[in-house]
Order: sequence, then C-alpha cells, then structure tokens
Amino acid sequence: MKDELETGGVSRRTLMVSLGGGAAVTTAMTLVPGLSLAGEAEVQAIIDQMAEGTPVDGGVELDLPEIAENGNTVPVTVTVDAPMTADSYVKTVMVMADGNPQAEVARFNFTPACGTASASTRMRLAGTQTIIAAAQMNDGSTMVGRKLVKVTIGGCGG
Amino acid sequence: MTTKALARGALGLLAAGAVLTAGAAIGSDDGTRIHWGPYKVGDKRSGYTYAGAQTRAMQDDDFQNPAFLWLERGADIWETAAGEAGKACADCHGEAEEALAGVATRYPIHDEARGKLMNIEQRINWCREEQMGAAPFKWESEDLLGITAFVKNQSKGMPVAVSIDGPARPFWEQGKAFYEQRRGQLDMACTHCHVDHAGTMIRAETLSQGQVNGFPTYRLKWQTLGSLHRRFRGCNKNIRAEPYAYGSDEYVNLELYTTWRSNGLPIETPSVRK
Amino acid sequence: MAKIRPRVKAPKKAAMGEIIEIKTLINHAMESGQRKDSGGNTIPRQIINRFVVTLNGREVFSTDLFPSVSANPYVAFFLKAEESGDLTFTWHDDDGSVYEDTKSIEVA
Repeated sequence: MKDELETGGVSRRTLMVSLGGGAAVTTAMTLVPGLSLAGEAEVQAIIDQMAEGTPVDGGVELDLPEIAENGNTVPVTVTVDAPMTADSYVKTVMVMADGNPQAEVARFNFTPACGTASASTRMRLAGTQTIIAAAQMNDGSTMVGRKLVKVTIGGCGG
Repeated sequence: MTTKALARGALGLLAAGAVLTAGAAIGSDDGTRIHWGPYKVGDKRSGYTYAGAQTRAMQDDDFQNPAFLWLERGADIWETAAGEAGKACADCHGEAEEALAGVATRYPIHDEARGKLMNIEQRINWCREEQMGAAPFKWESEDLLGITAFVKNQSKGMPVAVSIDGPARPFWEQGKAFYEQRRGQLDMACTHCHVDHAGTMIRAETLSQGQVNGFPTYRLKWQTLGSLHRRFRGCNKNIRAEPYAYGSDEYVNLELYTTWRSNGLPIETPSVRK
Repeated sequence: MAKIRPRVKAPKKAAMGEIIEIKTLINHAMESGQRKDSGGNTIPRQIINRFVVTLNGREVFSTDLFPSVSANPYVAFFLKAEESGDLTFTWHDDDGSVYEDTKSIEVA
C-alpha cells in the first residue's frame, strides 16, 4: 500500500507523445464521410435566438474531461455563477456541441427552487470539438462558456 | 432483500471510497504518485488503474454507475419465481448477500457432471434448466447480464480465487495455450498486448494488463453492460481473428486462465471502463 | 432493455435551506436517428426528449434532451430544501410513453 509512480488512463503528456510519434490520433468525424456537422454558425444562431441583447462571455463553467476516453459517453457538468433568487435567476442553459450533427445536446431549465444553477449529464461527441453552454437569465441577458474536448479513437477503445 | 443486497454493494464501495477519492483527485495529473489502494495487488493492476478520472468517478458512485440499472433487474430475477417448478433463485438459495458472498470468486469451476468448466452464466442457466424447469437466458441478454452482475456483485471487494488444481488443470492449460497462441490477420496473441506491452501505448490508448475482475462491465463505448466473452470477441475482432461463440469451450477455458491471472485482485463487478 | 426502470437518488430528509443534489438515471437506448442497420436503412430516432421534476405539483427543474445525450441518460441537478412533500420525476419518450418515479422529502 505504498505510493506508486503511475499514471491512470490517457494522460495529456502521453497523448502528446503519441501525436508527435505519428499523428496516431484521429477523430470520429473523419471516419464518417458526408456527415454534416452543426458548426459554429448554427451554435451562434441558437445563442442569438435565446439572447436579448448581446451575449457576454464568462460566468458559465463547463466541467469536462480534457480528453474524453470514449466519445460515446462524455460526462459534462455546467455551472452558472448566479444568485438563484426570485428576482435574479438562471432560466435555461443550452449545452451545445459544434462538431455533432445537431448542435443541441441538452437544455436545462432551472427555477429559483434549484438554489444553484448546476446540472450534469453525459453526451455523445462525434469527435474533437468545442462544447458551448449558453445561460439565459430571467431578465433575458445571456452568458456563454466554451471548452474544447479532445475525443480520441484508441487502439481498442474507439 | 433487493435494497439490502444493493446497500451491501454500496457498503463495499464505501470501504474503497477513501482510497478512490484520493486516487481520483491526483489521478488527473500525469506522472504523479497515485495510491491505487485495493486496485493494485503486487504487480497486478486492475483496469481501474488504467481508466481516466471521470471513468473512475463513474464507477466509484453506485448511483452514477449505469450498471446498477442491470443489477436492480438481477435483484428482481433473484426473487421472481419462474419455470415449471414455480421457484425463484431465492427459494433455494435464500438471501443473496449470505448465499452468494464469495461464490463468484471461485468461478469458473470444474463441473464433474459435464466433464468441463462452468462459468457463472452457465451455472445460472444450469439452475434455470435443471432446477427451475425454466428456459435458459440468452447470452448477452439484459436478463443474463443483470443476474450475472447481481451474483458477482455479492462478492464485491473479495479477492478473486479460482482453483486450477485437479480436474480444472487441463482446461487452464488449454486457456493458457489460447492466450499465448498467435491468431488472426494481425497474427497476435493476447500476451503481445496484455503481458509484453501492458502499460505502453497502442495508438492513443494505454494497454492494460487485461485483468477481468470487473466483469460484467459497463463500457462507455458500448453504452451498455457487457460480458467478458463480449470483450473476448471484441479483442479477437480487433486482431482480425474469427471470434468464438459466447459460452464456447474455448472462451470458458480462456475465462479460467484470465481469471486465474486476476487471482488476488478484488471483484469490482460492475466496473466501468472506457 | 425491455423494461424501462428509472433510478432516482434524493435525500429523504434535509435541513431548511440546504442545497441537495438529486441524481437520476433511466435505462433507454436513446436511438439517435443517425445510425444505420446492417441493411443500410436508417434506424428511426427514439429518445427520451424531456425530463420534468415537480415538487408538490409545481415544476422546479426540467431538461430537454436531444439525440446527443448518451444511452441510459443521467441527469443530476440541485434543489434548495424549502418545503416537505413529494418530488415527481417524469421522463417523456418519443413514442409517447411516460415513465415516472416519486420520492418524498422531509424538510425540517
């Protein structure tokens, strides 16, 4: 039961070594020719439709693995910095994936009864891409958070 | 019973919890010192130690672990009468947590009547056919996965301890021969990945030792619970070899050999893997 | 899985004003509508598209789910314990089925 010098799973460093060693990492996107992906424009259109006024960057935290072990099941938690009182609360958070066939992943609808604007789910990602969460407050103002997730296709796991 | 047995599973998890929390916190860094607790015994490392922090967290919490959807089904099967005899598993065996504690650590066993090995799935179907007068569950069905995971979960935390003495020996030898035999278009044996190169990278993935103490396992790739034989078939297909049938003698012998390799590691069923 | 069976983890008791986490799981294939069968035909979409939580009949949280949500959908969220009563969880399937679970909570 002593401490050991060991690594769990695919670490960033070993992945980089692997990348440098021969670009062995590919994404599912390249494996599905002809698949039309949502893209940034579709994400922006959804945000624009939600937002009253100009969306602001920040205030939305996305907790995601830096490198997803398998694109079929990627855990995601979104947390918005907001008081959650009757006067000021997060109404909805739309989680989007710009590299999937459809941008929308899940829309969490909160009320002041939630006490905190945080929710989790698990999603499928077609490949390395940016996850976007747009949070709309009860007054219509909108905050946006983004985070890149790398999705690898491994030797046996992909 | 249902909730009691499941609660016991949760208790077993609690024991490992302290260690897991530490592991999960540090494990996200590369090259850091990780205290693997029960998941590393001597040189044997559970697949848990090759999994990423998020995957380990999914296994650590019985509630986040989707495999428990199947275990609840298994708990129902344990108590539900079926077949001509009108009996449920519980009618003969009683409380699962008492009747089954440690049982899964010893399987596959040698079955004298059949003159060959018998794994848990086959033992369950033997009970159904011979004792209950019920139709056997299909391999990889939700029912067989559920009851198998439920049975194995009653031994969670107990070290794997299969016997390869006496009549089991020749079957272990056949399993060993399978493990070491090159096969498929890639001309690879199990040993090439899981013995010679465990811990090194195959493309973007770290090869594990191929320990089997967590099956049936919920794989993120499968998005479902799956048996050890499904994993064998996947491995065989990866090296472009013709897979054998679920429950075939070849795979049950291989199961004894791979389970013997895992002797000493605690049963983790149901584990979560990538 | 033939039988759909939700799992909900919620505390039975909570202190007034405490923030409690609620975790939910349901077995469902979440067929995305993007996959093809061995004959090359598109497998029709069938997902759980909506998840609603009410406390004493009043909606407190909901989620709209899209095909990118993984099979056996997991949704976790928080509630501020302010009243005792019944939490009702409903999952709405594309085929019109509704799956339900309830948990009572005592706030002191």
